[in-house]
Amino acid sequence: MLYGRQLILPDLGKSGQLKLKNTSILIVGAGGLGSPAAIYLAAAGVGKLGIVDYDKVEKSNLHRQIIHNETREGISKAQSAKMTIEGLNSLCNCVAYEILLDSLSALEIVQQYDIVVDATDNVATRYLLNDACVISGKPLVSGSALRMDGQLTVYNYKGGPCYRCLFPKPPPPESVLNCADGGILGVVTGVIGCLQALQAIKIATENDESPNNLLIFSATSYPLFRSIKLRSKKKDCVICGDHPSITKLQDYVQFCGSGALDKSPSVKELGREDRIEPKVYHNLRNETPHVLIDVRETVQYEICSLPSSINIPLKDLPKRIEDVKKLLETPNTSVYVICRLGNDSQHAVNILKNYLKGEVKDIIGGLYKWSLEVDQEFPIY
Amino acid sequence: MSLLKIKLSFSGGIELLFDNIKQKSVEIPSSINPPNSTTMKDLISWMKDNLLKERPELFMSGDTVRPGILVLINDSDWELEGELEYEIKDGDDIVFISTLHGG
Repeated sequence: MLYGRQLILPDLGKSGQLKLKNTSILIVGAGGLGSPAAIYLAAAGVGKLGIVDYDKVEKSNLHRQIIHNETREGISKAQSAKMTIEGLNSLCNCVAYEILLDSLSALEIVQQYDIVVDATDNVATRYLLNDACVISGKPLVSGSALRMDGQLTVYNYKGGPCYRCLFPKPPPPESVLNCADGGILGVVTGVIGCLQALQAIKIATENDESPNNLLIFSATSYPLFRSIKLRSKKKDCVICGDHPSITKLQDYVQFCGSGALDKSPSVKELGREDRIEPKVYHNLRNETPHVLIDVRETVQYEICSLPSSINIPLKDLPKRIEDVKKLLETPNTSVYVICRLGNDSQHAVNILKNYLKGEVKDIIGGLYKWSLEVDQEFPIY
Repeated sequence: MSLLKIKLSFSGGIELLFDNIKQKSVEIPSSINPPNSTTMKDLISWMKDNLLKERPELFMSGDTVRPGILVLINDSDWELEGELEYEIKDGDDIVFISTLHGG
């Protein structure tokens, strides 16, 4: 019997197990949070699971997206998740949605489920899901994680706040860091994803007596968890308040000023004359005297770097201008700047130009493009 | 003027703006804006002048914290405590959390 070990729990019992069987849960995002959440919910006997993800399985994400595996590289994450779930528990009816959830598609899908798990990776989709859940009256189990930290909250449930009650205005886009740029320890998303599954099970089995709270996890702090009492829902909230001004879904990309993809944006801060292609730099590298500055964080520089490059992290650059000047053979010596993707390096050139007499250029596309076009052996991460 | 000893904590990435320090005990004047007692509003502006290391726009917006930062006073959402008007007391534990969006 599949569920024997949990059936004998007084907190669940036969009635709880039947409730799970009759519950449908939508998991949005089959990534670091969605992977463990989906696995545990399927294993626990949830009757129907919907998995939404527009993306493909990538090797660089497998350290946390453990519902996928190396043999599925390049296939749809929603389909890959469905394959794992069906192999784990054939009684679970799993529906894969290979789409990017937006204002046109969200409501119709959300309405078909009892509980929604927000396992997404961007601000725009978080507001979209919140609004869709408020409009259709579904509890939203929201998790997020970055670096060594995670957060968990249930929105729109038992008189508690919605996401907009807490965050009426979206954060400025430049303050939002994604996992590709900030890094993430796999097990941190694992902890939060498992807690999302637990929370969804408690809601499904009507076992949830906890007050509105926000749970904060930090792998580097003691204690690891902190639980914070949250406000009730706001009477003047624009969507869940007494007189809502938002009654249908909006344009969330415009509202947040950032897209629904967590890919690193490409910055264009410099003109063509201040930039150099990796191949062109490669050709002059051994012939022209110059200084190459790598502005990545030291932890990244230690993974891999170009020989003879000097590491000065971008945030330290303004106070290390004198160090840069000492590296120059003559005041007119050229300076080239490189980083991982070619965004920070442009910013660095703008800083350096104010102080240096000679040519200062950034290497277009950074080490990533260097690896693609010049040296395929150079590791990308 | 007496001093208030309070504990400040930073989480969710906002610590990067404060020299990467996650917890700090500080002493602040009990009346930053005499003759009034020190409020959260005074504390935030004091932090900007005394503790913040970089990019004030990622911490503040007007006289409050920027959208996306949640403030906790003694483990409660600061909205339950009066937000900017809350009067700081000796021994208070105040946390600034930047909300995370990754997954």
